[in-house]
Order: sequence, then C-alpha cells, then structure tokens
Amino acid sequence: MTSPASTASRPPRTAAGASGSAPRLRTSRKKHTPGRPRRSVLLTLLTGLVLIYTLIPLAWLLISATKTQEGMASSFGLWFGGGHFALWDNIKETFTYDDGVFTRWLLNTLMYVVIGAGGATFLAVLGGYALAKFKFPGRNAVFAVVIGAVAVPGTALAVPTFLMFSKMGLTNTPWAVIIPSLISPFGLYLMWVFATEAIPTELLEAARMDGAGEMRTFFTISLPLLAPGIVTVLLFTTVATWNNYFLPLIMLKDPDWYPLTLGLNAWNAQAATAGGQPVFNLVITGSVLTILPLIAAFLLLQKYWQSGLAAGSVKE
Amino acid sequence: MTTLQPPAAAEPRPAPPPAKRDRRSWTGWGFIGPFVAVFALVFLAPIVYSVYLSLYRNQLIGGNTFVGLDNYTQALKDDQFWASLGRVSLFLCVQVPIMLGIALLVALALDSGRLYGKSFFRISIFLPYAVPAVVATLMWGFMYGNQFGLVGDLNDALGTSLPDPLSADWVLASIGNIVTWEFMGYNMLIFYSALRVIPSSLYEAAEIDGAGQVRVITAIKLPAIRGALVIATIFSIIGSFQLFNEPSILRNLAKNTITTDYTPNFYTYALSFNGQQHNYSAAVAIIMGLITMVIAYVVQLRGMRKGA
Repeated sequence: MTSPASTASRPPRTAAGASGSAPRLRTSRKKHTPGRPRRSVLLTLLTGLVLIYTLIPLAWLLISATKTQEGMASSFGLWFGGGHFALWDNIKETFTYDDGVFTRWLLNTLMYVVIGAGGATFLAVLGGYALAKFKFPGRNAVFAVVIGAVAVPGTALAVPTFLMFSKMGLTNTPWAVIIPSLISPFGLYLMWVFATEAIPTELLEAARMDGAGEMRTFFTISLPLLAPGIVTVLLFTTVATWNNYFLPLIMLKDPDWYPLTLGLNAWNAQAATAGGQPVFNLVITGSVLTILPLIAAFLLLQKYWQSGLAAGSVKE
Repeated sequence: MTTLQPPAAAEPRPAPPPAKRDRRSWTGWGFIGPFVAVFALVFLAPIVYSVYLSLYRNQLIGGNTFVGLDNYTQALKDDQFWASLGRVSLFLCVQVPIMLGIALLVALALDSGRLYGKSFFRISIFLPYAVPAVVATLMWGFMYGNQFGLVGDLNDALGTSLPDPLSADWVLASIGNIVTWEFMGYNMLIFYSALRVIPSSLYEAAEIDGAGQVRVITAIKLPAIRGALVIATIFSIIGSFQLFNEPSILRNLAKNTITTDYTPNFYTYALSFNGQQHNYSAAVAIIMGLITMVIAYVVQLRGMRKGA
C-alpha cells in the first residue's frame, strides 16, 4: 500500500478508456454542473433521518460501554448515567476476564485476517491480473465457473466442507478457518476489472520487449498501478474475515481458537446457561473494541477504496 | 496439514516462446493457477462431495447405502423445510425492497449534490457494514430485549406500548431491521459508485433538453445503473436465502419464537450438527442452492432485458 497517492483517484486511462466510450471515473463529474445545484435543507433533513437510524445503535453501544451492568439496567440507553463512568474499568475487565481470553481471541482474529484476507487478496490480485492481461487456454471457463460460484450459497458448502476438513484432520485448527477465507470471487472480479482499466497493455508489451520476465514486470510495473484496487480488495476481504461467524462456528470447538465474533457470542450466551455469570458489560465493551479497528481502517483508507469501488462499478 | 502448501505462487515461469509474441500462451496460468487450485479445494470439491453425500444414507443397520434421490423426495415433502423457505421468502419480499429502496434514495440524494455535508453522510451511513453481524445482532438484541432495552425505555418515557420486538409476531420484522441496518449503507455505496461514473455528456444533453430532476433520474440515472441494481438485488436474494447469523444469535433471547428450523440455513445446520443427519442436510442444502441460483438467474435475465 505504498502507492503514490496520485493513482488513488486517477487510475491511468487505457486506450479504450480514452476513446470516450468507456464511462469515466470520479473526477470527470465536476464539469457537468456549471451552476452547482442549490443545496437543499429538506433533502438534508430527510437523509438525516437515515443517518440517525444508522448511528443510533452505534451511539447506544458506545454509551453503554461506559456503564456497569447495573447502570445499564437502571439508566436510559441513549444517555450517560447509572452510576460512575465505567468505560476504563470495562476495558480493563474485558482484557483480564477469564485469564485474558479476549486477548487470545483478538490475536486469533488478527491471524485469520493477516493470513486469510492477505492470502485472499494476493490470490485475487494475481488471478485478476491474469484474467485482465493474458489470454490463456481455459480463461473463459475459469471466469464462468468463478462467477457462477458466487451464486452458490455458502450454506450449501458449509456442511460438506466441514466433513471434508474433518476427514483431513483440519477441523478445530486455524487452517479450517483460513483456507476457505483464501477465496474471494468478488475480489477476483474487482481486480479483473481494475487491472483491465489501470494497466495499459502497451506498457506490458514494452517491458517484455525490454526482456523483463513476467514476474519482474508484474512486481515492478503492474503492482504499483494496481494499488488502489488492492487496498479495496484487502479492505473488503479483511471485513469478511474479521466479521466471519458461520465458518468458525462450524469449524471450531476449542475456545482457544475462537475469533472475536465467536468469543463475544459465547460471553453473551453465558448468562443463559445454568450458573453462568452474566457479563453483558464485557460483551458490549468487547463489541466496541471489535468494531473500532475496522471503522478506523475504513475512515483512514476512504480515498483508496472509494476509487477502487468506482472503478469496479464501471463494468457491471 | 501437509495438504496446505499454497500452490507455489512463484513457480518458475516457462520461458515464453521467444520470437512469436502469441499472448495466447500458458503464462496466464502461472498467475491464476494458485487461485484456481484453492478454489477447487474450497468450492468445487465440497459441491461434488455434497452431491455424493445427498445420494447416500447412513443407517445404523446396513451402514452407508446408496439411496438415489430418496433424500430429495423426503426434503420436498418436509413441512419444516417448506415453512422455513416460506419465512425467508416473506423476508425477501419485504426486507429487500425496503433496504434497496432506501439505499437507492440515499444514493440519489448524495449524487444530486444538494446535500450539506455529503461526505459525512456517505461514510457514516456506510459504517454499519464494518460491524460484524454478531455485534450488530447482539447490539440490536440488547436494544430489543426487556433487560436493557431501548424499546422498554421508550415505552416508559413516552407512555407508549410498542410491541415486544422479540414476540412471535414481530421477530421476523426485527431480524429484517437488523439486516437492513447492516447492509443498507453497503448497497447505497454500490449505487452511488455506479451513479458517479455516468458519463457527463448524458447530463449535458439533458440540460440542453431542459429535463427536470425527476426526468433526469428516471431517464438517465436509473437506466445507467441498472447493472448495479441487478447485482445488488441478486446479492440480497442470496443473502436472504442464506439467513443464519442474525436468527441464530438472536435465539439466545427468544428461544421459543426462533426455532432451529427458522430458516433453511439454520435447518441444515441443525440437521447436521445437532442431528448428525449429514446426508439429508446435504440434500436440503442442495435444493436451497438450486432454488437460489434459479431465482438469481431469473432476476438477472429480467433485469438485463428490460433496457435492451
């Protein structure tokens, strides 16, 4: 993600793109509004309703993280109160409760993300590049199968994948979560579209003429041009892996391998079991800690993924 | 674990045919090979295995026997399966139009350039996408529930008597609300991205013709983003038919209203992992997969044809 910022919002145009037939990317719109449209208070207020709907649960979550369990029950959910400001205590307890198992879950999640989402992005980038820039035997078949697979419900795969992995002795190990995470058909599609747009074929031809090997061409020429697309795919595969619930649920028995999502659910369910101690303040604080890194990533990398998505929508 | 070595990504590339620059060579496979190999392991193999499983039955007496399509005929006569399918179909018909409708309206509002604080709106409404389904469901579940619930707070504060969101009559709507909350912003962004790439020449033409805002939307914007609309619809259909996370997590709060056959996905999960009926579960999953694919395909055909 060391790309020059300039490529973020302005993927280089290919010859086809410059001919005017292909839709333009984000920068081209400014021109068409000579008289900028009047801002509308009414429209802003109406959209504001949707914004409120979006933010209220998050506000509730943040506010609740500052309360003790008794405080939560006794005070109004959308305002502070109910005794002392317990946020720091809650955070401390979240990390220390049950011998610091939350830290373990956090590290597990990080491992699944780094290997799973990182690997998925790597495979998608290589594959998308191949689909965009090479003609090889079976190319159309590969494309058709992968796109068709998007429509196959994950459910239909879950049980047989579990049974297969169980025969291979992979269930209840991190690999059972990581291996299925390595495939992102959406990522492949996005990289295909993006590579078609962002890498001028002439540039590759020139590099080949100069005698550069395919690997070298890929790493030195293509990869930097693909950076905004890569960030986009990485972000979306990270979300998919970080938020994954169904897959680890069926694959993992041992809480030591749980990701955060399973762990939080286990804490939440604990109150319902006989003799279980309710730890709703920890569930809530843990939830806040779980979503903060992703929200931060989306906010910080806005420029990259929005241009990546814009490019992705060109071909739909 | 020995099966795990990622198919060598850096395998030596066969030297390209020197003189003739025929790009139709096997070079591309060096790049796509790793993806295809893993894809075969986690997509194709399970599908094949699933079909195999669905044709057998594991009995105490006789062990694993080939039963042909028996599992399928059993599933087609299974009331629990049909009830769960009916439930997600109802969900699909109500929740998906609402979610996509609001997403589209917000995307059009953002694209119109008439909003104050546009980028704040865009990023904030998208944020729930970054929240895991588990957290979203726990959060809404707390708010629904009577323990810390916001619904209870509201009733106390306003003297109203809002219905219990977790009662049998309302729980499906409550799940719909959670799903809408999670994915509205994501769909909004898909629509918005598609709107942004409409060539400006189209707007200039409309301006010259003196077309109003509404006309611009119906005649230019909506047709131009048809592809995005169709894709979002298809993904939402798939998502509805696969509904699992939200009901299964919410079940902690509503054991009696959310049964383990609440959705088809939940049903296959329960069959497999609580009932050990792997074979029957595979058949149900395959039927669901086929139904999903057929509907997705029909939507795609219809959606793409309209404009042609």
